[in-house]
Amino acid sequence: MDYQNLFTQVQVVAEPHHGSHLNPRKDERERIGQPFLVHLFGRLGNAQIGPVYLGTIGIASLFFGMIGFQIIGWNMLSSVNWDPIQFIRQLFWLSLDPPLPKHGLSLVMPLSEGGWWMMAGAFLTASILLWWWRTYRRAIALGMGTHIAWAFLAAIWLFLVLGFFRPLLVGSWSEGVPFGIFSHLDWTAAFSLRYGNLFYNPFHMLSIVFLYGSALLFAMHGATILAVGRYGGEREIEQIVDRGTASERAGLFWRWTMGFNATMESIHRWAWWFAVLVPLTGGIGILLTGTVVDNWYLWAVKHGVAPAYPDVYSIPTVDPSATFVPPPPVAK
Amino acid sequence: MNSIKRVLSLAALASATLILSACERPPVESVQNGFRGTGMASVYNPRTLAAEAEKNAVPASIPASADGPKAGAVYKNVKVLGNLSVAQFTNFMVAMTSWVAPEQGCAYCHNVANFAEEGMYTKTVSRKMIQMTQRINVEWKSHVAETGVTCYTCHRGNNIPQNVWFTDPAKPQGSGFLSGKNGQNTPSPSVGLSDLPYDPFTPYLLKAENIRMNGPTALPTGNKNSIQDTEKVFGLMVHMSTSLGVNCAYCHNTRAMPEWSQSPPQRMTAWYGIRMVRDLNNNYMVPLTSVFPAHRLGPEGDVLKNNCATCHQGAYEPLYGVSMLKDYPFLTGTPAPRAAPKSDEKKTLTMK
Repeated sequence: MDYQNLFTQVQVVAEPHHGSHLNPRKDERERIGQPFLVHLFGRLGNAQIGPVYLGTIGIASLFFGMIGFQIIGWNMLSSVNWDPIQFIRQLFWLSLDPPLPKHGLSLVMPLSEGGWWMMAGAFLTASILLWWWRTYRRAIALGMGTHIAWAFLAAIWLFLVLGFFRPLLVGSWSEGVPFGIFSHLDWTAAFSLRYGNLFYNPFHMLSIVFLYGSALLFAMHGATILAVGRYGGEREIEQIVDRGTASERAGLFWRWTMGFNATMESIHRWAWWFAVLVPLTGGIGILLTGTVVDNWYLWAVKHGVAPAYPDVYSIPTVDPSATFVPPPPVAK
Repeated sequence: MNSIKRVLSLAALASATLILSACERPPVESVQNGFRGTGMASVYNPRTLAAEAEKNAVPASIPASADGPKAGAVYKNVKVLGNLSVAQFTNFMVAMTSWVAPEQGCAYCHNVANFAEEGMYTKTVSRKMIQMTQRINVEWKSHVAETGVTCYTCHRGNNIPQNVWFTDPAKPQGSGFLSGKNGQNTPSPSVGLSDLPYDPFTPYLLKAENIRMNGPTALPTGNKNSIQDTEKVFGLMVHMSTSLGVNCAYCHNTRAMPEWSQSPPQRMTAWYGIRMVRDLNNNYMVPLTSVFPAHRLGPEGDVLKNNCATCHQGAYEPLYGVSMLKDYPFLTGTPAPRAAPKSDEKKTLTMK
């Protein structure tokens, strides 16, 4: 029954430990803090918290990240006239907006007309890249593969396309995304409206395929492993080379139901590629928008993607601006 | 223990359902207004619609004969309605009083000791407003058709129509050194509490800034409209949508917003509506700025102006399309002949 619960039922409690020894000389300075257990965390993941490794890169990353975060926060607070109550009430509406369109690609502009956005973007980019470097170096230090770092880089690619590469290519920082909860969503809607419906962008389509596909694969894999947990199915890595009854049953289940099954190894490659391809293809789609294609709907018509529908209205709808004559001027 | 868990999970499910249903109690009815399968539908909630219908009931009116001596000959200082019969004239004055100043009565616009006297600003304004009403009914049939409007369409018993606007002044800001709101990022009812620029009226319903953001070609051929301008237009569209109580698909096929050939014909009516409101604001409201006392003016010293909600007040057609003109035929007429077509704005759209 334990395996049929939504929440983790098994919590192994043992003396907190510092993890595998790698290099006795480095072990000391790479593991900060005395590990401890938190029962509630154990309900979701591992109960042990720590040790943490920050190092120079981690500290630099947090430092730049905090600067970016502070720039955004103080600008938001300024925009509500330093009123802390309005800051909380309007928080989801508040935003640090990109430069005004008139500033183009200029690097010199008033701080209140986008200069702060430029700085926040630069500091956040530095922070994220440093954090990426950290994930890479920690993986190497543990003798792991660097899959996590490359997957993270795919997300960074989309971030940089939205805020840096694409504005650079279309020649205006104002094309960048605002830092704010609702404002970035409005940006997304306006972006699609401006460029003739992003849903007709084939790379946007691919990105959605991989996004939904990731969710589907995640659900299938998670469910499969839980379902064969009673046979030791959660020992996936051992089962890659030593296929036990859990693997056999899981594989047979999928062959029965859809004729084909992934293996204990390949399912993780599927998952990794699907996840990585979401921002990878999405970023390509964004980068093409406004640079290579200006109106995705018309592009889709041109290439036979968007269907035509029969006229259903009693009168044809035509652009009135072609025939509009303003009424005579009003007598003063 | 298990029963507590069950109760808790049921409560979680129930609250999730409430949150996800966006807080409007069903039922929801949809009316198809495009080709099947394209999601072209207007969405209504019959409960809220019933409340709206009550607010949009048309007041009773009594027809008056056009025969008899003219008001201009009988009364002194009748400048606009002199051609009316005395019966029509007095009938209309009574109707106007009940539409615009039911509490103050005649004294709202007239010196009751001498009705012909000028001097009250309200009289000057109402004369201009009668001319404006005639302008709408005669020259803007492209928007109001034969249904037309009367004072009641906007006023509904109020001295000042409930939905009017001033140019929104810049919000107070902590420091010019740090960023302000740049005219947006505020939960404002003018744009349906969205984060969009909260004054979509000044640029499009007073000035005539470009509304068309899309390019005419698939590939880039020089369309430089910015995303920030697109957000401004988006704000105007949210205003139109909330003013009419309709969703985007009432006027647009949302797969291709700019394509006229795929849009419902209502979009043409709306297009004329924008030009009409611009005409009324610039030629009737703005010239009244000096007539109004200071307390009627906005924070920027500007006059109250019209937008879509001024007449529509949440209905796709004001008063749900019931015409009040049959009892007030002098408020309409035949439009003046017009010159040859000449486009008033740059055409950036494909025409198929």
